[in-house]
Amino acid sequence: MGIEKETIEIAPGIRQVPGTPVVVSPIDKIINWARAGSMWPVTFGLACCAIEMMATGASHFDLDRYGIIFRATPRQADVLIVAGTVTKKMAPIIRRVYNQMPEPKYVIAMGSCACSGGIFKTYSVAQGADEFLPVDIYIPGCPPRPEALLFGLLNLQQKIKSEAKKWGFWR
Amino acid sequence: MEELLNELKEKFSSVIIEIQEKDYPTLICKRSGFLDLMKYLKDEKGFKYLIDLCGADYLEYKYKNFEERFEVVYHLYNLDNKILLRLKVRVPENDCWQYSVTPLWRTANWFERECYDMFGINFKGHPNLKRILMPDDWEGHPLRKDYPVYLEEEQEWKVYKELKEKVKQQS
Repeated sequence: MGIEKETIEIAPGIRQVPGTPVVVSPIDKIINWARAGSMWPVTFGLACCAIEMMATGASHFDLDRYGIIFRATPRQADVLIVAGTVTKKMAPIIRRVYNQMPEPKYVIAMGSCACSGGIFKTYSVAQGADEFLPVDIYIPGCPPRPEALLFGLLNLQQKIKSEAKKWGFWR
Repeated sequence: MEELLNELKEKFSSVIIEIQEKDYPTLICKRSGFLDLMKYLKDEKGFKYLIDLCGADYLEYKYKNFEERFEVVYHLYNLDNKILLRLKVRVPENDCWQYSVTPLWRTANWFERECYDMFGINFKGHPNLKRILMPDDWEGHPLRKDYPVYLEEEQEWKVYKELKEKVKQQS
């Protein structure tokens, strides 16, 4: 095809017309690239994992360099990081926060408690956030190190980048 | 310290059952006349600070030498003389109430609500006696010794059960 002769591949599946700022690529790739580069999590700390989440967001680990900026409202967020023990009393509220988020939305269960209930197999604690939320990424640890949370977020970026035919009115 | 205990013993001989010398002097009191004792301690003896108020369940306790099931424990502190005093009032299961000390110490408000929530001890004269930790429609009092650690499916809290079912249907 002519397009292959006149363009060079600058990244997998992305071709540039030499000498111009013109790029040719499937729309999925471009939009997924943009979405993966600007995941905005809603700040939702529930227990000690929230401290670790804050540490990840602060200057030493610096989530901003990945375009991950915490939003204080679910209505402008893409990712819900469930950081900490989910009590049954809190569960309906988390679900409500999740329902307020615009599509497409993702959930990260951070820490043992949010993954499975952790050490709290008790009357008041939900045995994992996946009992009432569709969890995409599970991060074990008690609490997970900031590196682990970063790894989880990068995995979610990979997941977003590999999505295709999921959204858009022309599908 | 000795003086104070002797004076109390004399003045409130009908209220105080026993004085135990432990890490801190511990007064075992009767329920009737208890408020007078507390009022005297606060107004005349300078115990202006209620450190803690909590419940205890002695169901099937091996070393128990009294009949009643519950105990309400008070810690009072005299900030001028640095004296800590512990008071215990025994509450039977079938007549499960105790006088509220909220009119004397405002701190007692939430302590008593917690005690009511966890042990089901009613506090007479409390301005707003409702659950503080568990949801309002929770069944049972979790810190009682005969309350299960982990709830089975049929004992599940209604709101959480409905949430789980609703999420299951949506997905």
